[in-house]
Amino acid sequence: MTSDEIIDLVEMVVLVAVLVAVGKLFQRSKASGRLGEWWNSKSRVEQWAWLVPLIAVVVLIPVINPPFLTTEPGTNFPITMFNCALYALVALGLNVVVGQAGLLDLGYVGFFAVGAYVAALFTSPDSQLSKIPYLWTLPLAMVVTMFFGVVLGTPTLRLRGDYLAIVTLGFGEIVRLLATLMPPLKGNVGFQDVGHPPGTKADGGALFANTNGTPWYMLTIGIILIVLLLVGNLERSRVGRAWVAIREDEDAAEMMGVPVFKFKLWAFAIGAAIGGLSGSLFAGQVSFVNNQKFDVPTSVLFLAAVVLGGSGNKVGVLLGGFVIAYIPFRFTALASYKYLIFGVALVVLMIFRPQGLLGARQRLLARGRQAYQRLIGRPEQLSSDSSLVAEKAGDSA
Amino acid sequence: MALLELIDVSVHYGSIRAVHGISITVEEAEIVTLIGANGAGKSTTMRAVSGIRPLSSGKILFDGQDITKLRADLRVVRGISQAPEGRGVFPGMTVMENLDMGAFTRKDKKGIAADRDRVFDLFPRLAERRTQVGGTMSGGEQQMLAIGRALMANPRVLLLDEPSMGLAPQFIQQIFKIITEINKQGTTVLLVEQNAQQALSRAHRAYVLETGTITREGTGKELLSDESVKAAYLGVT
Repeated sequence: MTSDEIIDLVEMVVLVAVLVAVGKLFQRSKASGRLGEWWNSKSRVEQWAWLVPLIAVVVLIPVINPPFLTTEPGTNFPITMFNCALYALVALGLNVVVGQAGLLDLGYVGFFAVGAYVAALFTSPDSQLSKIPYLWTLPLAMVVTMFFGVVLGTPTLRLRGDYLAIVTLGFGEIVRLLATLMPPLKGNVGFQDVGHPPGTKADGGALFANTNGTPWYMLTIGIILIVLLLVGNLERSRVGRAWVAIREDEDAAEMMGVPVFKFKLWAFAIGAAIGGLSGSLFAGQVSFVNNQKFDVPTSVLFLAAVVLGGSGNKVGVLLGGFVIAYIPFRFTALASYKYLIFGVALVVLMIFRPQGLLGARQRLLARGRQAYQRLIGRPEQLSSDSSLVAEKAGDSA
Repeated sequence: MALLELIDVSVHYGSIRAVHGISITVEEAEIVTLIGANGAGKSTTMRAVSGIRPLSSGKILFDGQDITKLRADLRVVRGISQAPEGRGVFPGMTVMENLDMGAFTRKDKKGIAADRDRVFDLFPRLAERRTQVGGTMSGGEQQMLAIGRALMANPRVLLLDEPSMGLAPQFIQQIFKIITEINKQGTTVLLVEQNAQQALSRAHRAYVLETGTITREGTGKELLSDESVKAAYLGVT
C-alpha cells in the first residue's frame, strides 16, 4: 500500500465511524435513541425551526467547501456534491419500491437510463426528434418512465421475492442492450450537447454549464426537497399504510382487503418516475449520454445506497446515496477498490447494524408520532403479567 | 339460502391436488367447522374462500352470488374476512395500526370506531396494549389481535384458520369462548381446526376433511360421538 492509500483508508474509517455513531444516536430501541427521542419530542414548528438552517447549510455546502470534506484537488467539489445529491435522489426513489413496499428491484438503473435518454433525445442536436426546452424533459422523463414502470410491473408484480428481483435485473440489462442495438439510440457514440436549464453567469457563460456544479447541485437539492415532501405525504396516507402492510405480510394484507397488486404497481410506477427524473438530471449535467453508464454494478450501487442508509427511512437513504457517491471521489487513492470497500462495508453493516445507518422507524403509519408519545408516557411492557403467564409458558414449551 | 356455499371445489398447487371436489355450506349465523389432520387441505380451502388461491374447478357462492373469480380485496368488501393461520399480524405495526388495517376497505368512521370498541370489549387485553408493536406480543395476544383485526372489516362471515395453534390449553379455552361470543353477536363463523374436541363442541355443524376430500359431515354433536372421528381426531380409542 502507498501512503496515499493509507491516509485515505484512515480518513474513510473515521468518516464511516462518525456516520455510524450518528445513526446510533437516532436509534429508537428502548434504552437509546437520545437524538431520536429529542427530535420526536419537538412540535412540527420547532422541527422546522431546526430543519431550515440545516437545509441552508446543506444547500450551501459546495460554496462553503469545508476542508475535511472537500474532494479537491482531485475532483471539483461542487460536481462531487451534485453526484452525491443525484445518488440521494435515486436512493429516495428506489426506497419507495424497496424500502416502503418491500419489492426487491435490481434493475432500477433501467429507469435511470430511460430518463437520461428522454432528456438526450429531446434536447441533443444529435437526435432526429424535435427539440423541447430542457426543463420540460424532467416531467416528460417522469411520465415516460412511469409508463415503463407500469409495462414492466403489470406482468411481473404477481411474482414475489427472488423472482421479482431476477426479472427486474433482466429489465435493467434489456434497457442497456436496447440502447446499444437500436440505431436511433446511437449506442456507444451517444448524444452530445444535451440541453440544460436557461440562465447565464455574469461573465456570459451558461449558468448550468457542465463544469459548474453548484447550480446543478442546488437544483437537485430543490427537487429532492419537493420529492421528500410528496413521498412523506404518501407514506402517511392510505397508500403508505397499504405499502407497509404489503411489506410486512403480503398475504395478510390481501386478506385485509388491500388490492395488493394495484398498490405494488403504484410503488413501482412512483419509484420509476423518480428514477427517470434523476436520469434526466444526470444527462443534463454530464451533457452527454451513451450506453456505458447503465450497467448492473450501477444498479447494485443504487440498491447499496438504500440498504446502507436504512431501507424504509427517507432521511437514511438520502444519507446512503450521499455516502455511496461521495466515497470514490473523496478517497481517490482507494477508488479502484470501491466495490471491495462497499462489499466489506455492507457485510460489516449487516452484522452490526442490519437496519442500515438510520433504520426504518418502528411505527411508520399515520399516528406514528402520537403512538410514540403515548409510549413514552407509558413504556412498552412485555407479557409477563397476570392471566396469561400460563399461556406464555405454554408457548415456549 | 346459504350465506356461503362451496360447490365441488378443487384447488391445485402446480400439479399437486390439495383439495378435491369438496362442497361445504355455511348458513347465516352458524358456526361451521372443518376438522382434519395436517395437510388435509383445510388452510387451502380457507385461502380459496378468501381469494388468495385460485380454484382449479368448482364454484364459490356468497349470499347467492358467484364470487369464484372475484378479487380477494373485493371479497373483503362483500363481507368475507379472515384471520390467517399462524396469526399473521403485521409485526411492525402497533395494535391500533393492525386494527386499522382490518378496516382498510371501510370509510364509515363511526362504524369503525364502534367496531373498535366491540373488539376491545371482546379482548380487553388488546385495549391495554393498543400502542404495543404486534411482533413483540405473546402468541395468545397475537391470536386475539388477528381475530380482532378480521372483525374490524365488519364481516358477515369470519374465517378463522387454526386459532388454537401453538397456544396453551387454558388459553385455547378462552379463545373458543370468545369465538362463541362473536357468533352470538351475529357473525357467521367458518372455523378450521385441529383441536377437534373444542371445535366440534362449539360448532353447529362440522365437516371432516381427509387428504383433500370430505369424508364425513354432520352436526358438531353427531361427529363428537362418531366412533371413527373419535378414534382419528379425539384421541379416544
